[in-house]
Amino acid sequence: MTAELRTEGVAKAFGGVQALDGCTLTVPAGSITGLIGPNGSGKTTLFNVVTGYERPDAGQVYLGGQRITGASAQRVFALGLGRTFQLTRIFPRLTLVENLLVATGRSKAAGLTRARELLEFTGIAQHASELAGTLSYGQRKLLELATVLAAEPAVILLDEPAGGVNPTLIQHLAARIRDLNSQGTTFLIVEHNMEFVLGLCHQVAVLDYGTVVVAGPPEQVASDPRVLDAYLGAAPGEEQDGE
Amino acid sequence: MTPSAVRQGADRAVRSRRGRPGWPGWSGLPARPLVIAAGVLAVVAAAVLFPVAFPSPVATTYGFDTLIFVACASAWNLFSGYSGYLSLGHAVFFGSGVYAVAVGAQDWHLTGTAVFGLLPLAAAVGGGIAIPLGLVALRVRRHTFVVITIAFFFIFQLMAFNFAFTGGTSGLVAPILNWSGATYNNPFYYAALLLAAVTVAVSWLIRRSRFGLHLRAIRDDEDRARGLGVPALRVKLAAFVLSGAITGLAGGLWYYFIGAAAPQSAFDALFDLSLALMAFFGGLGTVAGPVLGALVLEPSQQWLTARFTSNYLSEILLGALFLVVIIFMPRGVLPTASERLARWRAAWRRRGDPGAEPRP
Repeated sequence: MTAELRTEGVAKAFGGVQALDGCTLTVPAGSITGLIGPNGSGKTTLFNVVTGYERPDAGQVYLGGQRITGASAQRVFALGLGRTFQLTRIFPRLTLVENLLVATGRSKAAGLTRARELLEFTGIAQHASELAGTLSYGQRKLLELATVLAAEPAVILLDEPAGGVNPTLIQHLAARIRDLNSQGTTFLIVEHNMEFVLGLCHQVAVLDYGTVVVAGPPEQVASDPRVLDAYLGAAPGEEQDGE
Repeated sequence: MTPSAVRQGADRAVRSRRGRPGWPGWSGLPARPLVIAAGVLAVVAAAVLFPVAFPSPVATTYGFDTLIFVACASAWNLFSGYSGYLSLGHAVFFGSGVYAVAVGAQDWHLTGTAVFGLLPLAAAVGGGIAIPLGLVALRVRRHTFVVITIAFFFIFQLMAFNFAFTGGTSGLVAPILNWSGATYNNPFYYAALLLAAVTVAVSWLIRRSRFGLHLRAIRDDEDRARGLGVPALRVKLAAFVLSGAITGLAGGLWYYFIGAAAPQSAFDALFDLSLALMAFFGGLGTVAGPVLGALVLEPSQQWLTARFTSNYLSEILLGALFLVVIIFMPRGVLPTASERLARWRAAWRRRGDPGAEPRP
């Protein structure tokens, strides 16, 4: 299952701050697309608008050719668009298995089988019956990914999957993303770890002041003067962009 | 660790308990079905035999009150404990059940055991009122929800004081049953026992169902649950209505036992607090927690009130007991106890098996 994700001229303002300003982005079906940009450039807002957590002020969002602008988070997920969060969100007082079962729409037996496969796929099956709140930060990221995978979405949005995760786990995560992508899942990944982005993505888009300033193959983007100016050259900030 | 090593480790963990292949316990706690079944059987047997062992009306009255609270605290917990939406307005459902039976018996001139036929009406009224209240209150998040349920409570109590059909301040009196005084309480006791048992069973079924999983996911992170396809409002409302229906039914039964409906006893703020305290005491969101809370707190309160006729002392002692539990077992008696037990067992197993891998 795969699908193209596309935004056209999406705008979103919070009070006087124009978080997204005519943002047009195409994530080709079957691609791994990276989305980079300085803190506050609107990456997370774009995720929220696309996945139904925020309504855009203007513009359209299409998933596999179908218009999903303004649909509820519940509906967007049902249509095959899953996401993870920058500040990892799991159900801490449910076990790992139960976390996955929330997202599976199947019978308990089929759901358990699927949950077990996914926990093994992400490499956290040894904690299957523990409460998710006892996991380390990196393991939580893996659990969150596994939860999203439980519903077999066509497109997955990952918000800083490598943030605060140790290098071994980052490689493990990248390998899992490649596995899934080879089976057809489309990815849009927000990430500050440039090594991770450049090594993994087929295409990279750069967001600045709420609009895509450049998009193309990773090596081309990495050497683009506008990118160096807007992002790579900018002083690294500690602040995360708005959730 | 290579991926294959991870996978092997996973398989080992999955096959661990008693060497049986399969999936580890659904609840996250080690499954001890035999121990639990034996415990449940013992409690049920004790409850069934209680009126035989203690036939005095005083004892069976204590028993009846306690069972009503077992049912109501479990009903409260299957909504508030599982979903995390703490209701301090469940007396609305209880009182509505009380008045549904009271008004029905009076207007339809029912007497004797025919009045028991009105109990389904009490459940329907309790559940029916929960629908509009839930549609309003469940749109807001936790803290605001608590405040709104308290407001509902006062609105309903005021209505009971002021409407003509509720009998106003003087309330309504139930038709008298011509049962023998010595065993008068027994039918009530067993009806309450049945209600309590069914409620606990329903709570247990919900706890292990998909519905219950959705409620607990909402408790942990409602937005995330919605984002994973959980129809949050529908799930919360269904639990709220079920909880209201059971509480209404309990109110109807209680009315006929007490023999009168009055605004301040049918809609009692202390009732709201008691349900929450019982669930917190035993363990919020667990099946057995509210049962334990009701079994301990309701008889203690009754006994203390009878023993120290100045009401204050009994309330101070109860408050002190509650403080002790909150300080030493902040999550309730049962979760803390089961955690301690698990830790002791792990320590004991480690001593017995020096080769065991330490937990990372």
